[in-house]
Amino acid sequence: MRRASGTENQKKREGRLAGKTVVENSFFGIHPLLASPKKFSKENLIRWIITATGWITVIILTLIMLLLFTEGLPIFSTTNPFSFIFTTDWYPVSDPPVFGILSFIVGSLMVTLTALVIAVPIGVAASAFLAEIATPTLREIIKPIIELLAGLPSIVLGFIGFLLLAPVVQNAFHLSTGLNGLTAGIMLAFICLPTIVSISEDSLSAVPKEYKEAAYALGATKWQTIRRVLIPAARSGIMASVMLGVGRAIGETMVVLMVAGGRLALPNFITDPLSAMTGRIAIEINNAVFGGLQYQALFAMGIVLFLMTLAVNIIADLVLEKQRRRYA
Amino acid sequence: MMLDFSVKMKTESISLFYDKTEALKKISLAIPAHQITAIIGPSGCGKSSFLRLFNRMNDLIWKARVTGQVYLDAVPLYDPKIDVVELRKRVGMVFQKPNPFPMSIFENIAFGPRVHGCHDKAKLDEIVERCCLRAALWDEVKDKLRDSAFALSGGQQQRLCIARVLAVDPEVILLDEPCSALDPASTMRIEELMQQLKSQYTIIIVTHNMQQAGRASDYTAFMLMGDLIEFSSTKEVFTSPKDKRTEDYITGRWG
Ligand SMILES: Nc1ncnc2c1ncn2[C@@H]1O[C@H](COP(=O)(O)OP(=O)(O)O)[C@@H](O)[C@H]1O
Ligand SMILES: [Mg+2]
Repeated sequence: MRRASGTENQKKREGRLAGKTVVENSFFGIHPLLASPKKFSKENLIRWIITATGWITVIILTLIMLLLFTEGLPIFSTTNPFSFIFTTDWYPVSDPPVFGILSFIVGSLMVTLTALVIAVPIGVAASAFLAEIATPTLREIIKPIIELLAGLPSIVLGFIGFLLLAPVVQNAFHLSTGLNGLTAGIMLAFICLPTIVSISEDSLSAVPKEYKEAAYALGATKWQTIRRVLIPAARSGIMASVMLGVGRAIGETMVVLMVAGGRLALPNFITDPLSAMTGRIAIEINNAVFGGLQYQALFAMGIVLFLMTLAVNIIADLVLEKQRRRYA
Repeated sequence: MMLDFSVKMKTESISLFYDKTEALKKISLAIPAHQITAIIGPSGCGKSSFLRLFNRMNDLIWKARVTGQVYLDAVPLYDPKIDVVELRKRVGMVFQKPNPFPMSIFENIAFGPRVHGCHDKAKLDEIVERCCLRAALWDEVKDKLRDSAFALSGGQQQRLCIARVLAVDPEVILLDEPCSALDPASTMRIEELMQQLKSQYTIIIVTHNMQQAGRASDYTAFMLMGDLIEFSSTKEVFTSPKDKRTEDYITGRWG
């Protein structure tokens, strides 16, 4: 919930920026007329800091976008945007170079989807277990461990995938290599699991206990209460946790670089070796001539990545907004 | 104590501990069938804790422990073999603050039957209508069953919660200060409703409102600091209380 309310806070902040009504005359529960002058100015200071932070965030984000676009967009004067996105030939150093990133878009989508298919059910189940079934003591032990996992450097997970998981996947599916989309997807699932579990658990625990009591008092079982009352009531937080998880999975570079196989062709199956956009950018950006065509193409790939995450967030926001309105 | 009524539920020297503090001290009380029994007493004396023994809601509280026994008809509720889900079907509960689910009015009432395995649309329609009628809510909601329950007023929400309990067809209904968040008109409606319901259900109501206990109940139990001080017909408790502490409380002299 803490982190999930980010978009809402942001909206409020934007409302304030746009000069809409300031609703904080009872900030921290103190009415300005009742507060001492000293407290009043402290309150002003806090408001000022929050406003400034909001502005700085907006400015930095705008600058990042500007950088991406000024460095990336020029590629479209030599490569048609349609063939850039929808073709699979990637010969960045040929003469003339060819830039088609479809293989990498598909690669990114495939590993991310695989990660979600694995992480969402496990994550939601684990968070429901922590929130409703585990004893408080057990929860206090497990939750910090999960949050610690979230801080594990992804290169460590990359090693684990490379050394332990890849051989297992290779043998299980009789593949020529264990470094492929499936291995990457499973490792990405580990990357987004802590986010999903931790935030979902927060929002499940934040469901008013009155709902829970009402369900149990009507003779609902634990499972029915979780499925029919708690999860629906916490769905905006759960959705937000999944979206943050998607964000981490799409943006993750090191793991896909290490275990996805790195093949440049369009993957047909999830068990094919493949490349994701992030990995491709990371590998090539050092060899690209500053300001050259390859350099521009890599930045343009960054724009695509950026727009994809943006789309995920906008869709999530729309879904949540719709649900909020339904039971407001 | 001489009992001149048929007993629906009864507690036998039941004690409740929250961790190590004893919140209820060996209470024995018989609840008359098809009557309204009021439990009164000052705030914090254990009324809610006591009421929650009757459908084992205290099971949900971490580190709450019970000794003694509660019977529903002849069934010992704190027997390890008891199916709590089945028990809560037979003993329903309405809470202090109206607590409809964040769902439509229809979904709220259909929740109980659904979790107990009824998925037939026509049957659910019938249950929802019957329970709304019985909870004196039908006229107000019949055109907006698909609207959110939160669109209703507090009094309507509380009657919705009663309808929701009726939908699982219980034998006993526990009400924990059901009117404390409501205005006087809604309170009157709920009291009338209880009178209509008592022919079919056994009702136990916790209230801190002396007038309410006096006008709406048949029997009254007075509790103080985890003890049951007095139990008798409401008339007797209010006109000739046996215990000095009861008298002090109902005459408003109690601190
Ligand atoms: N969940 C709980 N954990 C610990 N103590 C509790 C809990 N619920 C109630 N108590 C304590 O038990 C006593 C009785 O509370 P309660 O049954 O709510 O009284 P009433 O309903 O008469 O106001 C109070 O002292 C209260 O602090
Ligand atoms: Mg109470």
